[in-house]
Amino acid sequence: MSSNSESQKSTGLHIGVAAPGVKKVDPILVIDSVKKSFGGLTAVDVEHLEIPRGAITALIGPNGAGKTTLFNLLTGFDNPDTGAWSFEGKQLAGISSFKVAKMGQVRTFQLTKALSLLTVLENMKLGAKNQTGEKLLNSLFPFLWRKQDNELEVKAMELLRRFKLDAKKDDFAASLSGGQRKLLEMARALMTDPVLVMLDEPMAGVNPALTQSLLEHVLNLKKEGMTVLFVEHDMHMVRHIADWVIVMAEGKVVAEGAPDTVMKEQAVIDAYLGAHQDTDLGVVTGRIKVISEEGK
Amino acid sequence: MDWGSILNNTLAGLLTPTILAFALATLGLAMHFGFAGLLNFGIAGFMAVGAYGYAISVLTFGLPWWAGMIMGVAASVVFALIMGIPTLRLRGDYLAIVTIAAAEILRLLFLTTAFEPVTGSADGLFGYNNSGGFAEANPFPVGDYGWGPWTYNEQTLWMLVFGLIVLAVATLLLWALMRSPWGRVVKGIREDEDAVRALGKNVFAYKMQALIIGGVFGALGGIVLATSTNVSPGVYVTSLTFFLWTALLLGGAATIFGPVLGSIIFWVLQAFLTNILPALAESGILPVSGIQAATLRYVLVGIGLMLIVIYRPQGIFGDKREMTFVK
Repeated sequence: MSSNSESQKSTGLHIGVAAPGVKKVDPILVIDSVKKSFGGLTAVDVEHLEIPRGAITALIGPNGAGKTTLFNLLTGFDNPDTGAWSFEGKQLAGISSFKVAKMGQVRTFQLTKALSLLTVLENMKLGAKNQTGEKLLNSLFPFLWRKQDNELEVKAMELLRRFKLDAKKDDFAASLSGGQRKLLEMARALMTDPVLVMLDEPMAGVNPALTQSLLEHVLNLKKEGMTVLFVEHDMHMVRHIADWVIVMAEGKVVAEGAPDTVMKEQAVIDAYLGAHQDTDLGVVTGRIKVISEEGK
Repeated sequence: MDWGSILNNTLAGLLTPTILAFALATLGLAMHFGFAGLLNFGIAGFMAVGAYGYAISVLTFGLPWWAGMIMGVAASVVFALIMGIPTLRLRGDYLAIVTIAAAEILRLLFLTTAFEPVTGSADGLFGYNNSGGFAEANPFPVGDYGWGPWTYNEQTLWMLVFGLIVLAVATLLLWALMRSPWGRVVKGIREDEDAVRALGKNVFAYKMQALIIGGVFGALGGIVLATSTNVSPGVYVTSLTFFLWTALLLGGAATIFGPVLGSIIFWVLQAFLTNILPALAESGILPVSGIQAATLRYVLVGIGLMLIVIYRPQGIFGDKREMTFVK
């Protein structure tokens, strides 16, 4: 799989030397001096950041680095103290979250938000944009929306088949496993025909058996022309599928670059991935020292 | 004990304008809580707005009965907007506090002697059905209709038919709304409004629409009640809100017919207890006085509500699957 995904990597995304805030050839999202503090704590303080179009960008960093807060700011779920950012050239500062989503910038959540007491199919259909029947007055007249609703059902079933959830279509979303809910949330986001997909820890809490298919799904998004920005702690996932990596710490962007180069930067490895990231956890804690010595 | 009269009174309680009014208000609560997840503890306030809106329009402004009823409904829309604009952006519990307070403020405003010429203060309002022409609009000729416990004169029959039509239209409307994509969004908001927002839906607008529609159902309940009794501030108290909640949870909050059937079961049970408890006390089976026995029914209602919430939280007509997954 690694050789496969390696070959799909996009390169030549940036102009000049890869450093925090480097210019991109074709940025989809441009962020300028966005700052957010909670009381005395500065959660996010980003000078300048560009997200490349048509690529998979990973946002990594230790806990509390401000990754999710930045996500919330960019999608209108939280308001920054200062700053501006634009999506496809349109200013987004002060725009409410649902309008951001309507423009094609759709997000998922770290703690999965499946709509529990709606069926899987209803969850999917809810995702689609511009539904005639979602207007109060139209909703009373089925002949106005029935056709569109049937078309949406076809589209939803196609996606569900891809995500292997089609057998579950009439079950409540609450009956799905944690991993299946992640898949459902991603599939539901795709119902909106997004331009930029923002995934907040898509792998968190997912059974390793599902990891492979989740990775494939993320790669497929790129293949279909979407831009992906994701937050992740799973470094294997980052290395395998990301075309570009942005490292955050204490609210600031401290490094960015292609995954193989950025992850080799010793400072990044030590400070943000942990000095022992390639060592067995048992060795780090010193609990199974004996075994490792025996190995020698 | 006179079993005949107890049975007769209970059966008569099956179909009264009051039950229809309460069923309408419960339907409004179903829209609010069952489908949109809005915690409205001020449904009695919506009923009061409808009833007073109708009565005041007729008595003070001299409007005909139908225009007065439209005014009552319009007033409830305004009431919903006033409450919703500041609170719907906040978490659900805040709406609960605001609605319960708003309903009480309204009731006290209707009760105060400051506006007595318009509101009638503690005496309430009466005579509007005659002066507004509602009684005159009765299409039924003078006479007795029905049989057994369900014998009505032409006036009561007119109130019942009017109430039934309003209830049927409201039920049909709720059903049509909830099977549509609009209903899907509203149910999604009940589950997780951030998720729905992230999909590009204007959550605030949907919540406001749901609040208004449920509020209009509540006001229609108040209007139907006003066609059969006087408008009195003593009716629209907080305990009425909680009776309506009991009826809603009894029938099933997220169902269409649950609220209607829940209301009927609840108030028929009330009528039965009102009749049987004093009779039991008189015949010495219950060791309490007749007045104490009458209030005992509220104790039983409270116990009943607790039992429903603990053992059958989805209500009688709710989908059993729903409860498997409640956190």
